[in-house]
Amino acid sequence: MSTETTAGPTTTKADWTSDQEPRWCPGCGDYSILSAMQLLMPQLGARPENTVFVSGIGCAARFPYYMKTYGMHGIHGRAPALATGLATCRPDLDVWVVGGDGDMLSIGGNHLLHSLRRNVNIKILLFNNQIYGLTKGQYSPTSEIGKVTKSTPLGSVDEPLNPLSVALGAEATFVARTHDMDRTHMQETFRRAWEHSGAAFVEVYQNCNVFNDGAFAEITKKDKRPSMLIALEHGEPIRFGAEGERGVIMSRSGELQLVDVADVGEDNLLVHDERAETPSLAFALSRLASGPFMPTPVGVFRATEGPEYASQVARQLAFAQDRSGPGDLEALLRSRATWDVY
Amino acid sequence: MTDTATQQPASRLDLDRLVIRFAGDSGDGMQLTGDRFTSASALFGNDLATLPDFPAEIRAPAGTLHGVSAFQVQVASDTVTTPGDAPTVLVAMNPAALRSELGRLEAGGTVIVNSDAFEERNLDKAGYSDDPLADGTLDGYATYLVPMTSLTKEVCKDLGVKPRDAERSKNFFALGVVSWLFDRPVQPTLDWIEMKFGKRPLVAAANTAAFKAGHAFGETAEMFQATYTVRPAELEPGTYTSINGNTALSWGLIAAAQQAKLPLFLASYPITPASDILHELSGRKNFGVRTFQAEDEIAAVCAAVGASFGGHIGVTTTSGPGLALKAETIGLALSIELPLVVIDIQRGGPSTGLPTKTEASDLNLALYGRHGEAPLPVVAAYSPSQCFFAAIEAVRIALKYRTPVILLSDGYLANGSEPWRLPDLDDLPDISVDFTTAFNDTDEDGAPVFRPYKRDPETLARPWAIPGTPDLMHRVGGLEKEEVTGNISYASANHRRMTELRAAKVDGVAADIPPTMLDSDGPAEMAVLSWGSVWGAVTSAVRRVRPAGVAVDHLHLTHLNPLPADLGEVLGRYRSVLVPEMNLGQLASVVRSRYLIDVQSITKVEGVPFTASEIAAAIAGAAGEH
Repeated sequence: MSTETTAGPTTTKADWTSDQEPRWCPGCGDYSILSAMQLLMPQLGARPENTVFVSGIGCAARFPYYMKTYGMHGIHGRAPALATGLATCRPDLDVWVVGGDGDMLSIGGNHLLHSLRRNVNIKILLFNNQIYGLTKGQYSPTSEIGKVTKSTPLGSVDEPLNPLSVALGAEATFVARTHDMDRTHMQETFRRAWEHSGAAFVEVYQNCNVFNDGAFAEITKKDKRPSMLIALEHGEPIRFGAEGERGVIMSRSGELQLVDVADVGEDNLLVHDERAETPSLAFALSRLASGPFMPTPVGVFRATEGPEYASQVARQLAFAQDRSGPGDLEALLRSRATWDVY
Repeated sequence: MTDTATQQPASRLDLDRLVIRFAGDSGDGMQLTGDRFTSASALFGNDLATLPDFPAEIRAPAGTLHGVSAFQVQVASDTVTTPGDAPTVLVAMNPAALRSELGRLEAGGTVIVNSDAFEERNLDKAGYSDDPLADGTLDGYATYLVPMTSLTKEVCKDLGVKPRDAERSKNFFALGVVSWLFDRPVQPTLDWIEMKFGKRPLVAAANTAAFKAGHAFGETAEMFQATYTVRPAELEPGTYTSINGNTALSWGLIAAAQQAKLPLFLASYPITPASDILHELSGRKNFGVRTFQAEDEIAAVCAAVGASFGGHIGVTTTSGPGLALKAETIGLALSIELPLVVIDIQRGGPSTGLPTKTEASDLNLALYGRHGEAPLPVVAAYSPSQCFFAAIEAVRIALKYRTPVILLSDGYLANGSEPWRLPDLDDLPDISVDFTTAFNDTDEDGAPVFRPYKRDPETLARPWAIPGTPDLMHRVGGLEKEEVTGNISYASANHRRMTELRAAKVDGVAADIPPTMLDSDGPAEMAVLSWGSVWGAVTSAVRRVRPAGVAVDHLHLTHLNPLPADLGEVLGRYRSVLVPEMNLGQLASVVRSRYLIDVQSITKVEGVPFTASEIAAAIAGAAGEH
């Protein structure tokens, strides 16, 4: 590693770019996510020495090597657990977790759930490309049914997981979705995650141009976006389309439906509430599209306030010290019955 | 049977030692009874050692053989290092306890039974077709039939305690009887009842009444011809407390954090018999200890690694199944060269095995249980109180060498207790280390740089620069790293070099640990080599055989990797070396392959520790072959 002098009071992209050359395949969506992050950091006013990227294993998990911050490339699936220990001990740090769909939802699904329900102050970016890339193209827990890969020559029979539904099921306090084709949207979503106190979960639709090329093209290509991406805005009616002519309503039975605004009237559109106490609305929105070939909500699904884990832990330490005084080892050793031998 | 009254007042006889075993149903409170008897004996000044022996089930079906819970303690007027061989006294609260435990009792031993429990239903459950109290089963034993249940109910009647609740105090009645019989001080038990149950006055009153009634019964029933006393031992002067291994280990971790001037982070998943360390440290938050009950064993060790990356002392506690699960993460810590302490309270394996029974069969797992060439230091505790110092030693090595360290204890040490002369805290070693806070090298252009894998030439440890430190941002990971720079490298020569460096770093710890522990009584051609809790039985055994003219040395290992630098030379002095282990010969294999010395392996995998007599017999047998 060459010189990594800490940046001055304000930083530039170069201050966040390590000297390691990214080893992703040419054309990989990971490049645009990396670039968005390196450009965003100076805008946030974050500090490289106070920032840590933690990852597991997979293509996405190489991310920390390319950020000129502290970083740990851990083991498969365990990044949320590694980050939980770090964030619990060091609430002064910005801790980011980066991983793919296999890393986070297959081998590491357990840790994802528990870091979210504990509301640990970590920012989790799940790069979802619906395929195993680093092991060369097996189906993943987010691959669609019928997916033909080397390990599923007749098509996958496994029902996929919906990452946002999983996160909301764990009652994550911040849940969002963005995609690798729109830097501005990524940055705005990452910014919101960074500003959130507690666990933030962001699904990033990411194209694997080698093993699953175009998986999201039906919704993320520039000309498709107006009609296929539903941008969620807190407090605003949920509508989309080039002219905002389409929208979402909630039926009497609680189902969400896509409608023409002209048919139902603007006042009857569902108004997005990212701060709703229960995750029910966000969950319904996460189920609106059954795959990246239908109109799909993006943006912040849920952003609520809850007790953050490390501060709760710190509060208990402070409480115990208030109540019992600072630990005295000599007294501890004598805290049970003792006797003297002369 | 000796339940006929004698008219003489009981006389008082001195005993050198007493081994008493309390046995009853899981719900009968036998662990508590044994624990109280132990505490009173400790306060009286005896040396002692205990062996709790209970089933894995929380409440197995009442009255059955597999629901029997037992507690054995040896109290003595001289030094004790084991909970004793065959008990001299058995307290059996029901037929199942009698049936399950009678075989352990020494010939002519004393049996005290709760005769109320010997009714048909319980006899059936225990598999007795005839009443063992009447059919000659107890011939040859000094047997005392005490109607503990009914007498306890009787004495509780006036207190307003319901009969069903009163019955639960019968263990205190039993404790009262043996406290009288063995001349134990009563006040500590009465104080303890008040302290423990003070907030539940009825329970406190029932237990107190039962205890006093039991004591009075001993005195007035004219059943016992004598009482016995075990005089205080001549222990080294100092202040003592009674401690078990898990508590000592927990306190050792707190002490280690203080001596390192770093905060302690314990991440664990509940598992028998390690959970009590998590419990103990969770109650010590005022020491700044952060505890984290993780979602699984892997998350626990990962969280500890994350804490270490952040500059805390990352520790995880577990038992064998958990150590197996943690293996990959331990390899990560080894590869990224961060401090980590993994504590394995061994139990019978494989798989779920014998969760509540002791074994020391994870040595191979500790030494070799990782993929790749992945050596790490292994430390083993050898007595309940010594767990305190073993914990400090494990943390010291982890911090100084930036390496995961496995600390081995076992179920016997964890739950067994002994008097502990409290150490002078000023004597504890300073184990603090420095974080790297400035550039440690220059690049080809002469500019200052941070090289995360530029090693300390003496220890071969890499710099520990924690997040938050300006300038020293760096990335670590499980991929092979280039020497010095830490950049990813798949180069052949570099991998060989890094593999050798990691091994050399651990080997180098040998220069930083004490020589082989040697207990010698003069020239000897035979030695017993022990590790872990077998130390206690071997210590007793060599003391026992030496007066009979057997010349034998006792060698003991506190570090299993690296081994003490002098071990090969020391072993070479003997014609024969015995290696007793609670496994099928794991250390014996290490010694044979390392030193080409054909030691004699003595093994026991029965869920209980070696007794001193078993070791003594092995020594005598080997001596006979000389």
